Amino acid sequence: MVNDRQLEVLINDVYEYHGFDFGGYSRASLKRRVDRLIQLDGFADFTVFLSKVRSDVAYFKHMVEEITVNVTEMFRDPHFYKVLREEILPMLATKPFIRFWHAGCATGEEVYSMAILLKEANLLHKSLLYATDINPLVLDTAKKGIFQLRMIKSYSENYMASGGKNDFSQYYTANYGLAKFSEVLSEKMVFSLHNLVSDGSFNEFDIILCRNVLIYFDKDLQERALQLFDDSLSKLGYLALGTKETIKFSPMQDRYEQIHKEKIWKKTK
Amino acid sequence: MEENQIANFKVVIVGGSAGSLEVLMKVLPQLKPISKFALIFVLHRKSAEDNTLEQLIAMKTIIPVKHVEDKTPLLPGFIYVAPSDYHLLFETHHELSLDTSEKVNYSRPSIDVSFESAAGVYGSLLTGVLLSGANADGAYGLRIIKQHGGKVVVQDPATADMPFMPQSALNSVTPDFVLGVEELLHFINNMK
Repeated sequence: MVNDRQLEVLINDVYEYHGFDFGGYSRASLKRRVDRLIQLDGFADFTVFLSKVRSDVAYFKHMVEEITVNVTEMFRDPHFYKVLREEILPMLATKPFIRFWHAGCATGEEVYSMAILLKEANLLHKSLLYATDINPLVLDTAKKGIFQLRMIKSYSENYMASGGKNDFSQYYTANYGLAKFSEVLSEKMVFSLHNLVSDGSFNEFDIILCRNVLIYFDKDLQERALQLFDDSLSKLGYLALGTKETIKFSPMQDRYEQIHKEKIWKKTK
Repeated sequence: MEENQIANFKVVIVGGSAGSLEVLMKVLPQLKPISKFALIFVLHRKSAEDNTLEQLIAMKTIIPVKHVEDKTPLLPGFIYVAPSDYHLLFETHHELSLDTSEKVNYSRPSIDVSFESAAGVYGSLLTGVLLSGANADGAYGLRIIKQHGGKVVVQDPATADMPFMPQSALNSVTPDFVLGVEELLHFINNMK
């Protein structure tokens, strides 16, 4: 197990050698990810790992890809999607054009879930779904819309629990253990690299979804990311976070109104 | 320093799987208030969005249960329950963190993950308790707790509905105590 001091050395060196700032990441989670990587890649000890990270740019990139958590699923927390479907989308439907930002989209399962909701609400044609992540590898997967077939059963159950009434299988084609989602869904998606630590606002959105990303940040970085979302949301726009995340520690909460007890806030000012 | 003033409290993490809830239902109603330490439950369960387990625990004890969200401060005197579908981690400055990374031992929350994370932060101030269950989660974590100078308590497999989990722990680490349900209650009530 890496100790606290080693972890700080790694954070410092990564910043110094590669200009990449993990300083605002949750130490508890980062420590686990580093331990896992050292074990996975078979390093004898931390020193050998550190010297590889410093000197080998390709390995450093691999480290960034592996250290960020990319676990995601379709329609995770079906109730959240039910509220989107029944309460949020009807509000957004009145707009001539709807812009979404999925911040930290990983392999894109949530973006495809959203596209399905939009398709069913007959809103997809006037929507644009921006999906960003710091990890280029996961974005490649997201662009393809190809997911593991063995997950589809639980996705399909989640879909139904979210109020989905169609046959879920109409949205993908199954082949060799994989499910490829229809290009009708991905037509309105734009994938791009974006780092919540160092990049700024790049557009104005009607709804920003960033679920289970802030949990990997410390409070200061969470606040920075929330500011960025605030700067990027249109008036009366919505911010959606993970079920255990909150804006209640942030000064910006005064300008937001929570939708029932959901982790969805509406910008009021 | 402010940090040092609050650093001196103990942490007890109780891990369990199948058959552990029955133990808690017997122990919880008889627990005395805890002022010197924080009590954390990491239990395996079906992933669900609601807080049923938390509510059930709160109904059975006079000790206040704090709702766990990301970066919830950890304080002595309270019970905390790991939420479903997240791993529960410990930051150095008495905050809880949540993590949705891969399941460990087919479980999220995983007992090993919480034990290991807390061991690094709380060292000899940590006690890990492992109850009934049908998988080997927790055994590795108890070993790490021991390595960091913490205390290891295992439910006597003879008293467990599902002895596999406590037995796996006993095969992997020498515990400080092997306790039946009554004894476990006394152990917690007499913690200083």
